[in-house]
This record gives sequence, C-alpha cells and structure tokens, in this order.
Amino acid sequence: MTDWIRPTSLAEAVDARRDHPDYLVLAGGTDVMVGAIDRPAPIGVIDIFGLPELCVCEHDDEGRLRLGAGMSYAHLLGDARVAAAAPALVESAREIGALQIQARGTLGGNLGTCSPVGDTLPVLLALDAEIELRGPDGTRWLPVDDFCTGYRTTALAADELIVSVRLPVDSSSREQVWRKVGTRRAQSISKVMLCASTHRRDDGRLADVRIGLGAIAARPLRARATEAVLEGALPDGPLAARAAQAVLNDIAPIDDVRSRADYRRATTARLIRRWVLHLAQTSTTTNTGS
Amino acid sequence: MSKDHEDAPMTIGGSPDRVDGVPKVTGTALYVDDLEAPGAWHGATLRSDVPRGRFVSLTRAADFDWSDVVVVTADDIAGQNVVALIEDDQPSLVPVGGMICHREEALALVAAPTRAAARAALAHLTVVVDALPAVTTLDAALRADVAVHNDDNVLKRLEIHRNDDDIDEILARCAHVIEGTYETGAQEQMYIEPQGILAEWRGETCRVTGSLQCPYYVHKALVMLLGLPDDQVVVTQAVTGGGFGGKEEYPSMIAGHAALLARAAGRPIKLIYDRAEDIAATTKRHPARVHHRLGLDADGQLVAADIDVLLDGGAYVTLSPVVLSRAILHAAGPYRIPHVRIVGRALATNTPPHGAFRGFGAPQTTFAYERQMQKASRALGIDAFELRRKNLLRSGDSTATGQVLTDSVGSDAVLDTLSAALERAAPPAAARLGSLHSPVRRGRGLAFCFHGSGFTGSGEQRLAGRVTVACLPSGDFEIRSSSTDIGQGMLTIFSQIASQALGVPAARIVLSEPSTERVPDSGPTVASRTCMIVGRLVERACLALAEQLRAHAAANRLDATDLATVAAHRVAHAGPLAETCEHESPPGVEWSDETYTGAAYPVFGWAACLVDVAVDEDTREVVVERCIHAVDVGRAIHRRIVEGQIEGGTLQALGWALWEAVPYDDGRVLNPSMTDCIIPTSADAPELETLLVEMPFAHGPHGAKGVGEIPMDGPAAAVAGAIEDALGVACDVVPLLPEVLDVLLVDQPPQETLA
Amino acid sequence: MKLRFRLNDEDKELDVEPFRRLLDVLREDLHLTGSKEGCGEGECGACTVLIDGAPVNSCLVPVAQLDGHDIRTIEGLARQGTDGEVLLDEVQQALVSFGGTQCGICTPGIALCASAALTREPNADRARLRELLAGNLCRCTGYQLIIDALVDAASTRRGNSKR
Repeated sequence: MTDWIRPTSLAEAVDARRDHPDYLVLAGGTDVMVGAIDRPAPIGVIDIFGLPELCVCEHDDEGRLRLGAGMSYAHLLGDARVAAAAPALVESAREIGALQIQARGTLGGNLGTCSPVGDTLPVLLALDAEIELRGPDGTRWLPVDDFCTGYRTTALAADELIVSVRLPVDSSSREQVWRKVGTRRAQSISKVMLCASTHRRDDGRLADVRIGLGAIAARPLRARATEAVLEGALPDGPLAARAAQAVLNDIAPIDDVRSRADYRRATTARLIRRWVLHLAQTSTTTNTGS
Repeated sequence: MSKDHEDAPMTIGGSPDRVDGVPKVTGTALYVDDLEAPGAWHGATLRSDVPRGRFVSLTRAADFDWSDVVVVTADDIAGQNVVALIEDDQPSLVPVGGMICHREEALALVAAPTRAAARAALAHLTVVVDALPAVTTLDAALRADVAVHNDDNVLKRLEIHRNDDDIDEILARCAHVIEGTYETGAQEQMYIEPQGILAEWRGETCRVTGSLQCPYYVHKALVMLLGLPDDQVVVTQAVTGGGFGGKEEYPSMIAGHAALLARAAGRPIKLIYDRAEDIAATTKRHPARVHHRLGLDADGQLVAADIDVLLDGGAYVTLSPVVLSRAILHAAGPYRIPHVRIVGRALATNTPPHGAFRGFGAPQTTFAYERQMQKASRALGIDAFELRRKNLLRSGDSTATGQVLTDSVGSDAVLDTLSAALERAAPPAAARLGSLHSPVRRGRGLAFCFHGSGFTGSGEQRLAGRVTVACLPSGDFEIRSSSTDIGQGMLTIFSQIASQALGVPAARIVLSEPSTERVPDSGPTVASRTCMIVGRLVERACLALAEQLRAHAAANRLDATDLATVAAHRVAHAGPLAETCEHESPPGVEWSDETYTGAAYPVFGWAACLVDVAVDEDTREVVVERCIHAVDVGRAIHRRIVEGQIEGGTLQALGWALWEAVPYDDGRVLNPSMTDCIIPTSADAPELETLLVEMPFAHGPHGAKGVGEIPMDGPAAAVAGAIEDALGVACDVVPLLPEVLDVLLVDQPPQETLA
Repeated sequence: MKLRFRLNDEDKELDVEPFRRLLDVLREDLHLTGSKEGCGEGECGACTVLIDGAPVNSCLVPVAQLDGHDIRTIEGLARQGTDGEVLLDEVQQALVSFGGTQCGICTPGIALCASAALTREPNADRARLRELLAGNLCRCTGYQLIIDALVDAASTRRGNSKR
C-alpha cells in the first residue's frame, strides 16, 4: 500500500521530503494522475494539496507579491492582488483546462512538471518571477529561467519543495499581454504561448523587455534575441518586422501530433510582430504606428 | 416547454419531457459498465501492432502466474472464425499461421479478476509476426504494387450513369467547367461512453448485454461465431452512451470476444475498452478523395457532372460497400443535371476498417459537390442562393439515378427559410481570448444538400422490419422493437406515436427492453430510419390494435374511448392480444441494384446551412461566428428532440471541418486520447440557429422523415466556403486546421492593419 | 488507509488503498455508478463530482485526498421530498425539460458542474455558461439545448430565491 504522508505544516512537509526523497510530492494531481491507473502506485506520497502555508498570497516587506505554490488556478483567478500585479497570469489561468482542472491544478504543480506546454510558465518568465525552494538546508530563490532546466526537468533537488513564486515589485507597472494558441478554446493543449511585458521610457522607447514563450522548444523560454532587438527601441513597423525575424533564432519548435514546427515558427513570429505593432499603436509619445 | 397533461395522449409536434430524462439526470440510468455482475472477470485484447504480416506464434511467459488468468485464441472458436456482416472476411481472432491485416487485429484474449491483472497478463504474452509490406494510404492502394485485396485493392466498385456516353465531349462544350479534388479525413465518433460488453453463459445459452446500436447484428455475429442455434444467443442493449454509427458494427467484434472469454472462464466477463483502445481499434468515418468536374452553361445551368469517389475502407470489407453506395447516391447533389457519370471505389488498406458514422459516405461527397457549387458561384458571379435555386431538384424532377421526386420535396423551402432568417440579428459570437488581439478576416459560406431517409434501394424491402405492440393484463401497451435509444430520443418518440394512435396517456405505454429474446427484428438503428420506418410500424401496429379493441368494446358494451380499460378486459376475458406489422414499401418504389437506377430512397430530407467565420490573421484560428441550419424533417414529432438531433449533428460537422483530425502513421492512429483527438467544447460551439421546415411525407408517421444524418452533410462545405470567402484561397480539405490554412496562405504577405 | 469524509450529506468512513482513483472507489466500493469514465485523463468531465462545492474530475483525484472533505455525487444532487419523492435540482429539471440530455452519459457531470457554477455565478450569461461548462464534453447535443436549459435553471433559481 502506498505510504501516505499528509503534512500539517510546511516544516513537516520539508522534513518528510528530506526523509523520503523517493516519495511522490502530490498537489492537485491534474498531471501525475493522468494515466496513473496504468502505472504501479507510488511507494509513498507527500500530499501537500491545500497546505495552508503553501496557499498564501501576500505582499512581502518590499512590496513584492508572493504567491504560494499551492495556489490553484481558481485561487489565482479569484484574487484581486494577482489581478493587479499580474493580469497576464490571470488570463493564462483562465484558459487552463476548465473549472475542474482550475480547481485542482496549482502554480507549483505547473512549475514542478515543467512541461514545454505548462501554461503559466511563459507568464512567470515574462514577469521575472523567482521561485522559492526549501530544503533541509533552508531556502533559496531561483529566477524561473534558471529553475526550468530542460524538457520536464528543473533545478529542484530531491530533498526540496517548491514553496512560492515571487513577482518583482514593478510587475503591476509593466504592460503585459498574453496569448495562447491552443487546439481549441478550452480544455486545450497549447501550440504556441506568448507572454510579453515591457516598460516604456518617457521618450517612448521600450525598457526591460521580457518575452516568455511556450510550446516552441523543449522547455518554456525567454526570447532573449528578440528582447535584445526591442530593448531601448521605439516600436514601429520596421522594428516589428525585425523582432519577428529575431524570434526565429530564439525558438526550436518540433512537429508533433498537436501542430507542426513550421506553423509554430510562423505563428510565433506573427504574434511577436503583432505585439510590437500593438505597442506602436498604443504609444503615447510617437506617431510611428504602422 | 409544453407539458402534456398526464391523462391525455401525448401530443405530436410539442416537446414533452423525455421518458428517459429523469434516470439520466439523476445518474440512475445503467450503462454497461454500471451493471452488477457478481463474479465477473475483466477481459483484455492482445493486438497485432503490425500493419500486415503472418502470425507465427504466441507464447506465454514461463515466469508469470497464469493460475488466475484465462487465455483465448482462435482455437477456442466453436463456430466460424468471422465477424459476420456483409462479407464474412474479417476474423474474430487471427489464428496462428493466419494473416494480420492491420495493427489492431485481435490475436488473443485474456481475462482475469481485475482490469489490472488482465493487462498484466497481456504483457506476458509474446507474439512473433513475420512482417509483410503494407498498404496504408489511398495512393499506395491505388498503385497496387502491394495487393492486399484481390489484385487491385478494390473492395467494392459502384457506378451511376445518366446520359453519359459522351460526357467528356459534353464537358468540353460547356461554357464553364469547374474541376477540383476534395479530401476529407477520418473522423472519430467519440461517443462519450467507450464501447463495452458484458457476456455470460447460462447453460448452453450465451447472453450478452452492451453498448450497441443493433442487437440483431450482434445476434447474427454470435450465432455464427459460437456455432449456436438462434435461440441460444440473447443480445440486449444496455443504456448506451452515444453511437453515431460507431456502435453499429464493432460491438459484434467485442461481443464475440466477451462471449468466448466468458465460456472459457466459466463466469461473466466485462470487456470494456478504455479510451485509447477505443480510438485506436474501433471504426471511424471513411477518409475520402473525390475528384469532381462540373459543367455549366453560360447562364449557370448545370449540364454535366463527372465524379470519381475513392473511400479508404481499411483492411476488411465490413460496411464499406453500403457506405460507398450512399456516397455515390448523394454525389451529384440535389440538383438537376442532365449528364452524370459517377464512379466509386472503396479501397483496401492495412488500417483498421473504417465504418459507419452519421452521414455514412454522404458528408464526403456533399463536401465535394458543394465546394464545386461555391466555386461555380464565384466563377460565374452568380449569387450563392440564386445558383442553387436555378438548379435544385423540385417536385417532378429526377435525380441522377432517375428517381422522380413527387412527395415532400423541401428544396425551395429550406433555402427560403434560411434566407428569411438572415434578416434577423445574429446571436453574439464568442469573445476573443487573451489580451493580444490580432485582426480577423470574415467570410460567409452556404451549403445546400439532401439526404436519403432509410435504407438504400431495396434495403427496406429486404430487411422487412417488424414491430409488435401487445396489450398487457394491466391495460398497458408494450411496444416491442429492436430499435435502440442511443440518445436520439427513440423511446420518447415511439411513446408519442403509440400514445397518439391508441389515444391513451404516456403512462400506458411501455417500451420493451431491446433484447433479442423479447423483440422482433425491426432492422438496425441506422440510416435515419428509426422514426420514419420503424416509427411508422409502431403507428400501424397501434392503429390495428385499436381497431380490434374497438370491436371488442362494441361486442362487450365497453367504453371505446378508454382503450386501456378495453385492453385489460380483452386480455382478462379472451387471452393475449398483440399486433405485429411488417414494413411495406410504398407502391412505385422501384430500384435496380444491377443498373443503379430507380428510387434510391423512399424520400429525401433537405437542408441549407449558412456559416459566417472569422479567421485570425496571425494564428489562422477559425471562429464560427454564426451558423444557421434549415432542415426539412417532414414533421417534427418532438420539436426539441429534432432540434437536438440537428444541433448535435451540426456541431459534429463543424468539428469535422475545423478541429477533428485523426492522423495515421503506417496504419496507426497517432492521437489515441481525448486530449489529442479533440471534439468541440461548449466554448468552441457557436450559438446554433436551427430552423425546422416541415414538408410532410405521406408514408412517415405523421409525415416525419429522417433527421439523424442530414445535419452532418452540409456544414463542412459551408465552413470551407466561408473561409475561402474570407481568405481568397481554395479550401478543399477537411479538417481545415490552422496548420493547413497556414500552408494555403504561405504566399500571402501579412496584412499591415493593426489590431 | 482509513478515511473520513462526508458523502452526499452523510458521514462516511472507508479503509482503502490511498492512491486509488476517487472515481473507482465511488463506482466499485460505494456502488455509486452515476459518475462515468469517458477518458480517464481529465478531458471529458463525465466523472465530475463536487468536492467542497467545486467541480473536479474524480478520475484525477487519489481517494486519500478526500479525507476531511465534503463530496457530492450525482446521486446526491436531487433531494428527497417529505413524502420520499425525488425533488430534482433546478438544473436537473431544466435538462429534462429542455432536451439537454440525449444519450445521458455526460449528463451527471454536466448537472453537477452547472449546479455548482450557477451557485457561484447566478447571473452568468450564455457566453459565460459556455466557458463554465467547457470541462464537460457532450457529443450529442451541440450544447445548444444544454445552454438553453441552464439559462432556464438560472432564472428559476433567481425566482425561487426572491420568494
């Protein structure tokens, strides 16, 4: 029989993880339970779903919003602080599965699985989020880009737990956009995901450009070549074209049963272009729309 | 909602509550996997996993505990090793030494106390196969370098000829010739309840209960497989979670397997497929390629059509000949065309057999001819409605097979009803998702079609379906038919028809369980025939019974307005009373299977569908913003049930057009899961505007004709036409996935408009 | 593993293998077969049950996670009247009256999901209802009559709450 540990505190959970690094850490189960009936049951489970310390949502002393890893997508959707700091995160959560999945799937679960099609990951990348990991030796914080190391692999150690996600204090002042291209409008696996955010300088130039992409490589990633093209530039039509070209160097999509590499490339490029054109059109200081 | 008064007969044309509604909304309706079967073991199927080859050997792992496992092979078959259908060419289990013709071919069966144990046992069986070259595409089948059926891979060839001796010359003289090739993909029925059967033996009698459409098809197959007399096989339908054709022929395969396992195990067997196995192994809509040449004169009058239809039948004959028949009988469309040549071929490939799915060949050829009409409308600059009205079949006109239409011809009516509805405001379309919006291009498409109700040609005469209505001692009336309710509302509609014909309230009508030991063979639940053909038998049997009861009332001075009381009296004093009616074709319905001429169907339904789409400039995603479907149903016995049929069929057709791909690689389905083999959600479905047109059919109950399939036929062409209208590129394949549109648009520069 | 939870308004104790799917425990151990398995991977919603009032896919929940929670299955959606008669939930009644059930295999999940959704969002419009129901696939109806039924159920509930 599977040994079932249900910690009542984070400290207990960390201890359990230290003592049983071979146990399955389970939150809402929306990922690990798929196909579970066809696999042997795990020898043990550390069940952290609903653990109160993992469901906090609060600003820290420096004004950064800290989201507990145990927050479900339904939590994210219902929280005004998340909506203020990270509207793109709310948008992405709203398009995950449908009510049933939103009630169980968690932010920490999405991170831990680190699927290339994990829907919140491009948002966390585009918002410079940091991940709080806790193990027997204490806490460490990793930028989400360093946390995701490859196809369904992360920097999480065998004795660590994902505790929270922290958004920079400037998140709410960023212009954020979100677009998921899925196989259909709900209950859908993503074919391309884009989350982009930026500040604008007084002269209308873009600053701190961040672009998170999903489903276009083995892991969700930052489009750094594209960001470099856009950083400090004035958004206009030619820049949109340059950015759309640049993003092709950032991504390495594949053909699979859900889409094709050429479509993913072309669509990513068009969405990047669209975002820059959108920035150009909404610019308050210049008239270099299209 | 119109609520019938409890003491009055059910009305025709209203929307009384479904008789199976409460058990379904409270979860008490019992589907096959819900049935208690004490001591039952679970079955599992060992499949070949090679597209073609010779089955060399089967061995059991020596280090596995086989004590609580039953293994069945072809050696255990007492009767003939076939799944009986049209031609008995498909084995139930491939014997060692036999040919494997597709990847999902069953080689052996196991049963064990639990599903997990059965699967574990499967994993300990080792199969050796000598692989042989396989044919897995239409092109390879046509080339016939490898012959997997006869020497040309043709499972069936059918032709229609109407004044076509010099059709090439006639086409050459036409002012306009529209030519195109249209490809449509396989489609999964995706009933939400996977297939499953419960089998048990009581003495020498085999009883199976399951999720199925046609109890007598399964009965016939079991009698042959098990080598039993008819009365030692009993087949019963459990409440069935959707069929759409998918549970027409394949349940015979599963029932055979479950019966063999139950015999070997000496206990009941549940053989319930999981979703992956169901998608991989069971039938799909036939992939098709239709080449179509359409000649018009300078005014837009149709002159000639030359049509070549190819269907991928898969590895065995199964139902392909009849699917092909319906495909070519609809291929010229609902139009007056003086010169027609249609050649249809169903080809053999080493893929699991394709089979029945709502529409049964007609959606494939409808897609082709309506795309042709859309292109003609564009090429000639004639309005879409006008071109149809100029050419459509009216009363007195004849179809490509020479069938003169006289009764219930709703062609003009559906177009008129549709164009009138266009004046109404459109319902709101779905909102955009996400915060980065792209521009869209909009377009509109129209499709117009017909669909033959009932079996093709002389099918209904051959079938001679029967229904019995019996008086019960309680004064209730029992309808005994082998028609099954698979969600389409048969139970309610038969209740209405009987209640009305007998003049008794709904509570007096009892529908017999569809079990071969209790009901006569009314024919299968397919082909838009249940209400029109079997419903008419119900009505006739009830009317005949009512007549006898009125005579009994007169003789015994009873109140003839209360036939329930009369029936109880009759049974109590003069013994059982029942009426059985057999199908009689209306006079003048002549059909020749040899020349493929004459009356192909008792009557046709008619439909017009209009679709508005918005295509995303960046992602090529298509949103259906409006979908209006006007359908001539003869008479709606139950308004909401008929609307539900049309709306369900329409969304399946929109799904086929836009989202539902079943890709294969070397004969293997690549997306055997609901996650990847997708169907539309409520968020994908547009508001569906359904318009019922009622042109009564003299030989249907209260004028009703078929409605189950026709909504599947037109919408895909309407969608493709709308996308072509939006993008200016020809959309000649389905599904029109964004990836497909992206390729079509590859030469178009991006538009500079801003969101 | 011993579990305690509330099931359809009754306290339950159960000793089960903790990693088993809730769906299997409901169907096999508790004989509550109204929850259906359509896909086994959280796509179709036919196995929907309510945990603490929220719709979830019971095929994705290990049964141990029920401990201490409140579960409602389709068998517990309708109430018993004083004379033992079945009082359907407004959503159930509307699904019957509007033809929102055809083959019925998706219906238990739809009734539970919609009932919960309308409790939280009594004023949801048609577009929002389509979004709320998107986790419950139906292959029969094209969803039109289901949405019609839910609009009616919402209005009935609003009417009842005013009285």
